Amino acid sequence: MKTEKIVASRRTLITGLASAGGLLLAGCSKELPPTYGNILRMGDLLTYQSQRLLLPSNSLAKEYARRDISSIPAIGNTNPADSHQQTYNAARGATYEHLRAGGFADWRLSIEGRVARPGTYSLTDLQRFPSRTQITKHTCEEGWSAIAEWTGVQLRRVLEAAGMLPSARFVNFYAFDDTADGIDMHDALHPQTILAYGMNGRELPVPHGAPVRLRVETQLGYKSVKFLQRIVVTNEFDDLGKLGPLQNGWSWYVGI
Amino acid sequence: MPPGQTQQIPSRPRHARWVRISHWIIATGVVTLAVTGFVILMAHPRLYWGAAGNDLMPALLELPISRNHHHGGWERSIPFSTAAGSAVSAVRTYDILNENSWGRSLHFLAAWFLVVTGIVYVAAGICSGHIRRHLLPRAGEFTPRLLWQDLVGHLRLDNPLATGGRPSTGAAPYGLIQKSTYLGVVFLALPMMIITGMAMSPAITAAFPFLAGMFGGSQSARTVHFFVFAVLVLFVLVHVLMVILSGFKRQIRAMTLGN
Repeated sequence: MKTEKIVASRRTLITGLASAGGLLLAGCSKELPPTYGNILRMGDLLTYQSQRLLLPSNSLAKEYARRDISSIPAIGNTNPADSHQQTYNAARGATYEHLRAGGFADWRLSIEGRVARPGTYSLTDLQRFPSRTQITKHTCEEGWSAIAEWTGVQLRRVLEAAGMLPSARFVNFYAFDDTADGIDMHDALHPQTILAYGMNGRELPVPHGAPVRLRVETQLGYKSVKFLQRIVVTNEFDDLGKLGPLQNGWSWYVGI
Repeated sequence: MPPGQTQQIPSRPRHARWVRISHWIIATGVVTLAVTGFVILMAHPRLYWGAAGNDLMPALLELPISRNHHHGGWERSIPFSTAAGSAVSAVRTYDILNENSWGRSLHFLAAWFLVVTGIVYVAAGICSGHIRRHLLPRAGEFTPRLLWQDLVGHLRLDNPLATGGRPSTGAAPYGLIQKSTYLGVVFLALPMMIITGMAMSPAITAAFPFLAGMFGGSQSARTVHFFVFAVLVLFVLVHVLMVILSGFKRQIRAMTLGN
């Protein structure tokens, strides 16, 4: 297991405070999730900005011992190739079926947007990066939680390899089903935010997002997008239309 | 007391304007939090003790409050290892009742109103002397005899205004049990709700792990959150009952218009 030393340097602190101040002043620019004039989304925005302002940055979520690993339900979409699933997409579902039959050898993760070197990564490419293994708690918005071990590559390493541009602010994740979600750069660069290909010492099982899923340990479970297909780095906030949480009535930021 | 002297009770102070405003903001917040909290609980009406808990693990308590209570259909459990007692995973095969999209956001919106107003209330209450003069029991007031008298008076449903106020309190209009209850709600129950609420947040507990740690884990905090909720619901019911018994119209007017 690789341990990460977290250095909360003065510079990150100053940058953090400055960007938090910027967030407060930003008003209705596209640097924040939209409220659509909806009071619930205004409350979500207040929670988001308050947490960014008041919580120390880069705190690590608690990591557990192997004996703490618990049973874990698989919910939401548990197989993108299954047409009975609520978020089924016929075209991507068929592609997923084909990739799975081939043991995901032909699976490629595309990295696009505000990066100097857009490109695709195979499972082997991702496994060539230094790996990180963490035993963390998955907290579902429904109210339950489960502890599992996740192995993968830090998202930060992949973004750096792709040459993320300094103006980039958000990272958006598209899945093989009809879902997508995004996180801000604060969470994207967090040491425990990983692209996980392993779970509890094995390959990531299909119901939990094979071949690769996102793990965001400082937010609720639904932000940890399963069945990753495409990552798009943006300067401006993108609500991801019908694929994203916002237009389906869900909060975009769920650190609470 | 001879008849006619009940008119002397105007020594009863009026509720200050800031007390009236904060009372109704907090009351609205508590009711909203209770309703949305119940909606959130309906999505997963099982309580646990410890860090983790889910449908594949034993519950401390299962509440029969939504169809999710039956925790429906699951595909075959698949163990992660061949070791005895290995953790398992299973695919859920039923659609659960889940109104958390608006339920959660409204819960936290109401929590913001409650927290901000609560801080203003406590600060103003300390600075103005409201808490010291009206809520803190006075020296010599906290005796078993007076407590017993107050309890008996409550059980007899005596109207304190009809009997000329409680003997021990002088000008202060609140009885001993009433004062203790208000203090308990303001300084114990509501802060406990906020702390156990934050102990469930992944971002807050990453920054301050002791918040979950002091309850033995986020699921324990969730269970405590539920039981304090039950205590607060009981408080609201008794509080409203007492308002009705002591003159609903007059009490509501006192807490809104201040007279």
